[in-house]
Amino acid sequence: MIEVKKLVKRFGLKTILRGLDFSVEPGEFVALLGPNGAGKTTFLRILATLSRPSLGSVHVAGHSLPNEAAQVRAKLGVVSHMPLLYPDLTAEENLRFYGRMYGIGNMETRITDVLEMVGLEPRRKDLVRTFSRGMQQRLAIGRAVIHDPEVMLFDEPYTGLDQDASEMLDDVLRSVAADGRTVVMTSHDLARAEDIATRFDILSRGVITASTTRKQLKKTNLLGFYKQALAD
Amino acid sequence: MKQKEASHLVSPAAQPSLLKATLAIVQKDLVAEFRSFELISAMLVFSLLVIIIFNFALELDIKTRQSVTAGVLWTTFAFAGTLGLNRSMSVEKDRGCMDGLLLAPVDRSSIYFGKAISNLAFMLIVEAVVLPVYSLLYNVNLFRFDLIGVILLGSIGYTAVGTLLSTMSAQTRTREILLPILLFPVAIPVLLASVKASGGLLVGAEFAEILAPLNILIVYDVIFIAVAFMVFDYVVEE
Repeated sequence: MIEVKKLVKRFGLKTILRGLDFSVEPGEFVALLGPNGAGKTTFLRILATLSRPSLGSVHVAGHSLPNEAAQVRAKLGVVSHMPLLYPDLTAEENLRFYGRMYGIGNMETRITDVLEMVGLEPRRKDLVRTFSRGMQQRLAIGRAVIHDPEVMLFDEPYTGLDQDASEMLDDVLRSVAADGRTVVMTSHDLARAEDIATRFDILSRGVITASTTRKQLKKTNLLGFYKQALAD
Repeated sequence: MKQKEASHLVSPAAQPSLLKATLAIVQKDLVAEFRSFELISAMLVFSLLVIIIFNFALELDIKTRQSVTAGVLWTTFAFAGTLGLNRSMSVEKDRGCMDGLLLAPVDRSSIYFGKAISNLAFMLIVEAVVLPVYSLLYNVNLFRFDLIGVILLGSIGYTAVGTLLSTMSAQTRTREILLPILLFPVAIPVLLASVKASGGLLVGAEFAEILAPLNILIVYDVIFIAVAFMVFDYVVEE
């Protein structure tokens, strides 16, 4: 579903991604861990078609980037640490706007389904600026799944959430993953990712330095690799 | 969630056209703005302050007032327009919503056209309030279809180029200063032509004298809308 080979991304003289190789099978949930500055957000922005690779090849959902970016966007849902919601619109209006931008059919039914999925149906007529951070993040997930994408990208989705909100987000993420979508999630928090992901990769200094599956997690010293990446 | 019904919600055929995406963005901007009035109120207060200050600063006889009206009006519109352009893009950038727009599977030109039309609407609303206030303060009749036509053409040109440049400047930390620095030199032709055409109409000049600046306005609008359509993709891409 995602195939990346020798990906390089430079901003001026600074190289962020240094020949990154990465692949994800359909239905996998990959937690991409790494310290600040490792290149996680940069990598996700390239997969999300928001940034152009400097070198290398990127294929998402059967389409090549950057040439087939529009086709990729139709199959992609992205949740970042910012909710990408309009505070002066209601929850319903935000979803309707994005539904129109994605050209979805059965709009009203779909909006209701999505609001129920993220537990915000009672607040559908409320302005987003009245929502807590946790509620905004749940609605952001609703925004990202409104067009039923095959691939989901989450960039530090737990940023700024308290314990209760994080647990609610866990439930929503599990239901998103249970629908068979391919998911890549970046995070600092190995413990949080452990409960949900099927594979764990560590990104450090622009390359993947370690990778393991959930089954192998206990045998692999992933925590040691992660601490090493933080120390580097 | 009803997975079976939800599947295949977006096919290539269902992806919205340039027009539909543009209209969705315009509607979104208008609904949000009419709920908060943040942008229009800031532009309006600024505009009214400018014309009041000019009114006190320039104690002119009625004939001289007519000759400076075009300049005062377009100074007001340019500064208020710049304020609106900056804020309109800041809203998208600061809350990350620009990424939300860029993630949609639509022609990215629809983002430009949607924002430009919204910015034009806000500018026209402010002008619709400023014109009667100016008429009252300066005792000059501005309610003429030909003058309104020139104001419309000038506003289209200003917002066409302003929306493109505000998208560029919104990505920097110094956007408040950078936009006027970028915009005013590029907007000189549209501002000069607007002032010339408006001023000519107000003093009752011959049509032949007004034709040249009018042509400049039309050509400028067409050229900059076309340029923005061609380059917008590159402006927003990292």
